[in-house]
Amino acid sequence: MISLLIEIREGQIKDITYEMLTLAHKLAAAQKQEITSIILSDNCQQYADTIKQYSHKIICVEDPLLANFNTQVYLPVLSNIINDTKPNLFLIASSGFGTDLAPYLAASLNLPLITDIFDLELNPDNMLARRSMYGGKINADIISKSLPAIATVRVGSFEKILASNLLIPNLSAEITKLPFLIDPSILEMSKFIEYGEVPTTGIDITKSDILIAVGRGIKEQKNLAAVEKFAQDIGGTLACTRPIIDAGWLPKDRQVGSSGKTVKPKLYIALGISGAFQHISGMKSSENIIAVNKDPEAPIFSVAHYGVVGDLLKILPLLANRINALKG
Amino acid sequence: MDIIVCMKMVPDTSETEVRVDSTNKDILKVRLIYTTNEADNYALETALLLKEKLGGTVTLISVGPQKVDEVLRMGLAKGADRAIRLTDELFDKGDAWTTAKALAQAISQNKYDLVLSGCIASDDGYSQIGPTLAALLKIPSAAYVNKVEVLDNTKLRIDRELEGGILERKEISLPALLTIQTGTNTPRYASIIGIKRAGAKPLDVFDAAKLNLDAQALAGLTELDKMYMPKVESKAQFIQGSDDEISDKLATLVKEKAGL
Repeated sequence: MISLLIEIREGQIKDITYEMLTLAHKLAAAQKQEITSIILSDNCQQYADTIKQYSHKIICVEDPLLANFNTQVYLPVLSNIINDTKPNLFLIASSGFGTDLAPYLAASLNLPLITDIFDLELNPDNMLARRSMYGGKINADIISKSLPAIATVRVGSFEKILASNLLIPNLSAEITKLPFLIDPSILEMSKFIEYGEVPTTGIDITKSDILIAVGRGIKEQKNLAAVEKFAQDIGGTLACTRPIIDAGWLPKDRQVGSSGKTVKPKLYIALGISGAFQHISGMKSSENIIAVNKDPEAPIFSVAHYGVVGDLLKILPLLANRINALKG
Repeated sequence: MDIIVCMKMVPDTSETEVRVDSTNKDILKVRLIYTTNEADNYALETALLLKEKLGGTVTLISVGPQKVDEVLRMGLAKGADRAIRLTDELFDKGDAWTTAKALAQAISQNKYDLVLSGCIASDDGYSQIGPTLAALLKIPSAAYVNKVEVLDNTKLRIDRELEGGILERKEISLPALLTIQTGTNTPRYASIIGIKRAGAKPLDVFDAAKLNLDAQALAGLTELDKMYMPKVESKAQFIQGSDDEISDKLATLVKEKAGL
């Protein structure tokens, strides 16, 4: 059996759920196994109705205390389910929720865990998972020494499952409701308060047709002024990667990537950005991508339409001069 | 408040090419510079800020060879009180679970209110040790934390970073483990006087035997099969020539695509 945890946030099933279902169908069809979807919520029925066409079984645990994600509350519930059902493989999203939960759960159950996988093979007595290392510059195959095993699945690694094109069609899951039995003192250990948003400065980079994004290759804060000027010259907006935000050089609303904004401008110029997965996932759908980077093997070139292998600090002043000349 | 900070030494590969070595189980490390894992610097700064506000101690802990002392000494120079380094062939043979077990065993012999680590290591990218360690220590944890507020001596209010700029706010009781997100604060530099003092601060080294851990207890649950270069399926049209020639071609391209 292959099990997965349905990811729900603020009343919505997140896309990663449908991506994990694609992987689950692929593995279950090859191995003739069943798929069990697990829903923890204050109101399971609506989610179960959506998911049942993709699963053999659904396990629901319903309680007001499950209205919002909480590792310490999920833990005893999922531990019981895994101990009782012994799935070969348990899939969790490699998301803000999953990265908080999965290692804790795996360690509590003494089960092997492989995090942030983008592909997976299930064998009779192990799983082989593929993941990135060194910011996407290296791939690694990792094997769990035993089953059951837990994997967290990288967002965007699989297409969302389509009802019209199912590897295992005609499913209508039987729904099992399990009682919610936890010690209320758990809430003293860890309590959800609310969701918040990062404050903004009023710039919305998702609205711009032209984005000029800088990464670590910019080297120093003082070099940003020239990029800002260039962005103005071509009618674009300055954006950046996470390290630029972390250094405090630009405000958070300029960040492109999984922990920032997802953008699809007509033109995206990536300057000194090597292209960590977290960044690429936020800009790969841009219409035209031009990348300038010193490392010819940088992952950014896998999504760029035009590439320059070179130092942005040398190229940018020359380019800015010529743009101004061309504009006359 | 007594705080333990887990630190990792990593090769700095952010701006360099990375190649797999002949064993296919590691990267070529000869020319790489080693440094403190980026997120761990933010974890250390979080600890030092809490110590300045509330008093108490900051203890650093790391796993690795003697070289790792550079990372620990730097942390001591910034204001940590003492350091522990765990080193043994048995630790090197295992996986994240092995490392977490060694850390848990060493940490459990200390008095602590809070354990901090970086949210992710820039080399393996597992994001696994922190919550694993919390499970072994049987304390609550929160990952990808970017704000820590002490409510009273028994409780923290924290923000965790989720996708798309959304934060999850929660309360967590002490003792607890937090993994700290990059950008949470501004990590300080060590002062000259701090560097001078660091040499005199205690740095203890423990092996597996001293921690009462044997090969069986430290056996990993996963193993690395192989590393390889990703297939970069680049459809990019590369613009080549001298910097001047490149800039000419690039200017024409930008003008066209930007609709100038």
